[in-house]
Amino acid sequence: MGKIAAVTGNEAVANALRQANPDVCSLYPITPQTDIVQRFASYVSNGQVDTELINAESEHSSMSAAIGASAAGGRVVTATSSQGLALMWEMLHIASATNLPIIMPLVNRALSAPLNIHGDHSDGMGARDTGWIQLWSENAQEAYDNTVQAFRIGEHKDLRLPVMVCMDGFIISHSIERIEYLEDKQVKDFIGEFVNVNPLLDLEHPKSYGPLILTDLYMEFKRLQHEIMGRVKKVVLDVAEDFYKLSGRRYGLFESYRLEDAEIGMVVMNSAAGTSKDVVDAFRDKGIKAGLLKPRLFRPFPYTEIADALKHLKAVCVMDRADSYGGYGPMFMEISSALYQVTGNGSGVAKPKLINKIYGLGGRDYMPEQAEQVFTELDAIAKGAPVKLVKDYIGVRE
Amino acid sequence: MKKWKELVPGAVVLEAGSSEKFKTGSWRSFRPRWIEENCIQCLFCWLYCPDMAVKVVEGKMTGFDYDFCKGCGVCARECPGKKGQKAIVMEPEGK
Ligand code: SF4
Ligand code: SF4
Repeated sequence: MGKIAAVTGNEAVANALRQANPDVCSLYPITPQTDIVQRFASYVSNGQVDTELINAESEHSSMSAAIGASAAGGRVVTATSSQGLALMWEMLHIASATNLPIIMPLVNRALSAPLNIHGDHSDGMGARDTGWIQLWSENAQEAYDNTVQAFRIGEHKDLRLPVMVCMDGFIISHSIERIEYLEDKQVKDFIGEFVNVNPLLDLEHPKSYGPLILTDLYMEFKRLQHEIMGRVKKVVLDVAEDFYKLSGRRYGLFESYRLEDAEIGMVVMNSAAGTSKDVVDAFRDKGIKAGLLKPRLFRPFPYTEIADALKHLKAVCVMDRADSYGGYGPMFMEISSALYQVTGNGSGVAKPKLINKIYGLGGRDYMPEQAEQVFTELDAIAKGAPVKLVKDYIGVRE
Repeated sequence: MKKWKELVPGAVVLEAGSSEKFKTGSWRSFRPRWIEENCIQCLFCWLYCPDMAVKVVEGKMTGFDYDFCKGCGVCARECPGKKGQKAIVMEPEGK
């Protein structure tokens, strides 16, 4: 077993990047992520990594540099938050559609306006359709473990896809928690030497990246991109199995908490899942069969697996720490799509009643009382009360 | 035409120099015309042409490759010609 330490989420993730010893790190600071690249820059200065550091003049440039370095044939990392991710937007699509396995911690932070530096998921959810793999993390340990696994996943020969590792800004990035590190050598052996595919710097075999593809082939390339995303689930599970053997810590496509025999359930991601599990326990103590599902792999979304895990419930609340104004929350859209496809024995299946709560925007505290409010409402719906409002806000002053 | 399963992921073009097969000259609305008697063989046109469409044989300007010349007029602008007489003039396509 590796060293046990009391560290912030940012420090844990920075250490995972150090252990991966990338060839290139392009960076631009932004709260609350700055701490990651700042620490990484000191690893470079101290000679703890062999990485070439590129101080870019914006996040758009930082992602552009990462794309160039990755196409050149190196293992590449960067990190960002919020507006930084928003500024990277066009380049995110290019990284994924060019099959460049760039690894990027995303410290989730609210988007402007109004200007806010605290944690919510509006940045990551906005990047939902960029073609990146997204792994979400409840705490510092998961953020560290996901970052280590991200290299194996993204760099897998069947994928070659960029990976975003998400954790909640400040709540996780700046809080100190106990974590178990793997030894440097364990990580090195686990992720292996970087193997490049079609490197631009292989001068014996000149090639071109970024061609113009018009009406004759564009759609075929997009179809291929979807196909490659379809291979991600298997790789994520295979890597998780190897990671379990190494660390003793189990990961899947999502985490099920007391869900098997549950009647009501909550779907909630990242740090709020920890608070909610305590409330699940409290409701169980009261004799109410509550459970929880915490997605880990949000892109590609494991529709059938999640539907299988939820379909026996009577009522489910999907918690969104991001909003779609005039629409349902982004997680709710996925969960309802997943459950709509559930088919039974042909005689008509009862599906869970679904509600959607928007919570914790701009770092608004998510308290156990809010989870209690949700489970109380779900309990009433499960017993026959009508759904009054599908989408509602909790923790907001009326 | 290729099917999606036959494509190289990431749209990487593995064949060097394949842009030769993609003829871009049809986009042209003006074409450069070379007036040999005004040419001093300075090769500015060859140096400035963004599309390598100036055909140089044994160190001498010999004309244009209209499969690739996009008619930008850079060569005509840069051409010093002889005694103020341009050796390249731009003319409307199809004239
Ligand atoms: S018109 Fe432009 S593209 Fe054509 S030969 Fe002259 S410089 Fe080259
Ligand atoms: S720039 Fe004009 S003068 Fe010089 S080589 Fe070309 S055509 Fe001749």
